[in-house]
Amino acid sequence: MTAPLLEMSGISKRFGPTLALSDVSLSVFGGEILALIGENGAGKSTLLKILSGAHYADTGSMQIDGQSYRPQGPHDARELGVAMIYQELNLAPDLSVEDNILLGHPGSGGGLLLRRKQRAKVRQALDAVGLEDLDPRAIVGQQSVATQQLLEISRALASEARIILFDEPTSSLPQKDVARLFEIIERLRQQGIGIVYISHFLEEIREVADTYSVLRDGNNVGSGKIDDVSDGQIVSLMVGRDVDDLYPSVPHQPGETWVDIDQLCGSPYPNNVSLSLRRGEIFGIAGLVGAGRTELLRSIFGLDHIDGGVVTIDGHNIAANVRARMKAGFGLLSEDRKSEGLAQDLSIIENLTLGGLNQYTTCGVIDLKQREKNALRWMQQVEVKAHSGHQSISELSGGNQQKVAIARILHQQADILLMDEPTKGIDVGTKAEIYRVMGSLAAEGKTVVFVSSYLPELLSVCDRIGVMSRGKLQEVRDASRWTEDDVMAAAIAIEDNIPLNH
Amino acid sequence: MLNKIFRSQLGPLFALLCIVVMFAIADRNWSVGNFLSWGNIRIMANGAALIAVPAFGMTLIIIAAGIDLSAGTALTLCGTVLAVQLNNSEVAVGDPGFASMMATALVLMILTGCACGLANGALISATKVVPFIVTLGTMTIFLGIGQIISGESTVGPPRGNIPEWLKQLNVTGKNGDYLIDGLMIPTSVLIACILAILVGLLMRYTVFGRNVFALGSSESTARLCGINVPLTILSVYTLAGLFFAIGGLLYFAEVKVANPSDGTGKELEIIAAVVLGGGSLSGGRGSILGTIFGALIIIVIRNGCTLLSIPNTYTHIIIGGIIIIAVIVDQLRHGSPEWFFHLIRKT
Repeated sequence: MTAPLLEMSGISKRFGPTLALSDVSLSVFGGEILALIGENGAGKSTLLKILSGAHYADTGSMQIDGQSYRPQGPHDARELGVAMIYQELNLAPDLSVEDNILLGHPGSGGGLLLRRKQRAKVRQALDAVGLEDLDPRAIVGQQSVATQQLLEISRALASEARIILFDEPTSSLPQKDVARLFEIIERLRQQGIGIVYISHFLEEIREVADTYSVLRDGNNVGSGKIDDVSDGQIVSLMVGRDVDDLYPSVPHQPGETWVDIDQLCGSPYPNNVSLSLRRGEIFGIAGLVGAGRTELLRSIFGLDHIDGGVVTIDGHNIAANVRARMKAGFGLLSEDRKSEGLAQDLSIIENLTLGGLNQYTTCGVIDLKQREKNALRWMQQVEVKAHSGHQSISELSGGNQQKVAIARILHQQADILLMDEPTKGIDVGTKAEIYRVMGSLAAEGKTVVFVSSYLPELLSVCDRIGVMSRGKLQEVRDASRWTEDDVMAAAIAIEDNIPLNH
Repeated sequence: MLNKIFRSQLGPLFALLCIVVMFAIADRNWSVGNFLSWGNIRIMANGAALIAVPAFGMTLIIIAAGIDLSAGTALTLCGTVLAVQLNNSEVAVGDPGFASMMATALVLMILTGCACGLANGALISATKVVPFIVTLGTMTIFLGIGQIISGESTVGPPRGNIPEWLKQLNVTGKNGDYLIDGLMIPTSVLIACILAILVGLLMRYTVFGRNVFALGSSESTARLCGINVPLTILSVYTLAGLFFAIGGLLYFAEVKVANPSDGTGKELEIIAAVVLGGGSLSGGRGSILGTIFGALIIIVIRNGCTLLSIPNTYTHIIIGGIIIIAVIVDQLRHGSPEWFFHLIRKT
């Protein structure tokens, strides 16, 4: 082979204090499919965004066909032959197929959209992705997700893309459409298009890719031909990070089982999940983004509609709505702190007490003084740093906001705390405080369900860990009997255990 | 505590004072100097009460991140219901049975207001269609119902069928029959003050009030905290309907006739009062005291312009301009609109 079609070298990117990418290099030849592998937050998406012009790199250079490539934005990148197929589809659902394909590059019409003139080009692009039967005038929103995705690819082809980037293209596809997608990708490869493919699923990568490149914490940690490496080796590359001891543990002893979750089903997730929780334990749920962990917590809390399944506490069935579940002792810490977890316009006290105003109420009238007193006590308990309780929540740092959100669940006297990514986007010191709070809750005999994408914290903090994949709870073991590699293997749903090779 | 409440409404209060001072100076120099006379103050207070009472209801709705475009026609529909009852009455003031007829008429009027609000609330929480669209529809529906009831004409009940207290509700003159002798405050203003205190307490000290703020600030957070969102929405609109009904009563007492189409356009005046008072159309913010200031601002401008013989057309332009300026200033005080910083950076 000659020179690579795309070459990135020494790319670094910093977001505030975090270094998202550090001196990353990769190259893709025409007709090659490169799999970009890494955990959540390893920097894969950032890298693709730099490639597609959505972000600028701080340092480093990119070349296409030996020519310097510096996109000024997504539109520019597309003109230069780089197209990105995002995880969430980027089509205008109310427009027709042809209008979508021509969107962004109207030919020579002097501002007019000459559909008739372009129709041959549209047809050709549709045929290339196997959509021979699709009417170019059909409305995009009425097509299936799989068809829409192929449309995105055909749009990329219509803009004469030479490099196509796929960001987890199969995460929203039903199994049968995945095979079709792979077929199309193979066809693109034969046309000499360079492809970068992100996926969490190793079996998928094996099927599609020729070469791989692993990112961990923003660094290149390995690359080569996919056939020269075992799944176990890839997993080791993905997770092999330094273990630090930032995990204060509070001694606690799990007691008897008291919460039973039986065959909980939602649409599409959770997928028939059964689970028992004990008093005084921290139960971790691992899995990849999109594996249905958030959906599981929300269904347990009664926030999402469920198709079936029951939740019982000490043998009593609890009705599937938020108020009943809250009354029974459930509390949910939302993953989306900004828009769901906290009401940004309201004060700390207001947010903290929102779920438990009934404590202060006589005949519908709130005892504001008592409320303020209690709220301040809770703020102290979880060490919220603020001028006063009347400060607006939006003025606090992410870590302090999260403490308020946690304090709210404590304030509403929850016994089963469902925490969805409680440490996401929070500094290391605050993380440790949150682990300590979890530990002391368990010591008080409460139950904490801890969802996280960061394995080291799950392994250090939890008593038991269950791993979810594609909406199912794959396996539950004591935390001491899991290793990072095992968890990762279960999360990407490899059938048999990976041989370890450290 | 009063101090704290006032401080949070400094912006609208300051705007009101500026406008009052401006008109007072202009009035002294170019007109007869009646602007700050007690008589004119009574007239302005009564005018403000007519806007403020329905605006209290709108304040609740806007805090809950809703909007009610049907407020104006709902208000005149209530007035029409009352007028039709009085018009059809076979007993005049003083006759036996008049009191019970009057009571029935008032109850019917109140129920009409609540039913209008209930309809809005039910449609919004059941269909999840945005309040703007739902109330845009009910706005014309209420107008139509009003026209059917009134027989498509203005309803003017005979003077003998209107009780004295109703005639005196909005009295502002020197020799008027005031509710409290010696204290020359129009009854409408007293009613507005009492209602303001009640709603203010409701919003501050009750679970319902806090739930409305939470709902308006973030509906998903409210859901997460176990607040019954549909019931809260229903209650807010129904309660607002009650205020529109009382507003309808005051308006009827003012003009002594009822014309359903009078309400068209009133909703905008009501919304303007809330917005001038610091209410945010994205929800979560707004206050009763602010709304009072907002209503006063509108009335002071209108009254001042009349005294200065500024034509009505210019008054509209001035009020419109003030609303836009007030909202821009409010946005600058809370958070930072992107465009403003772009503007600063460019220059």
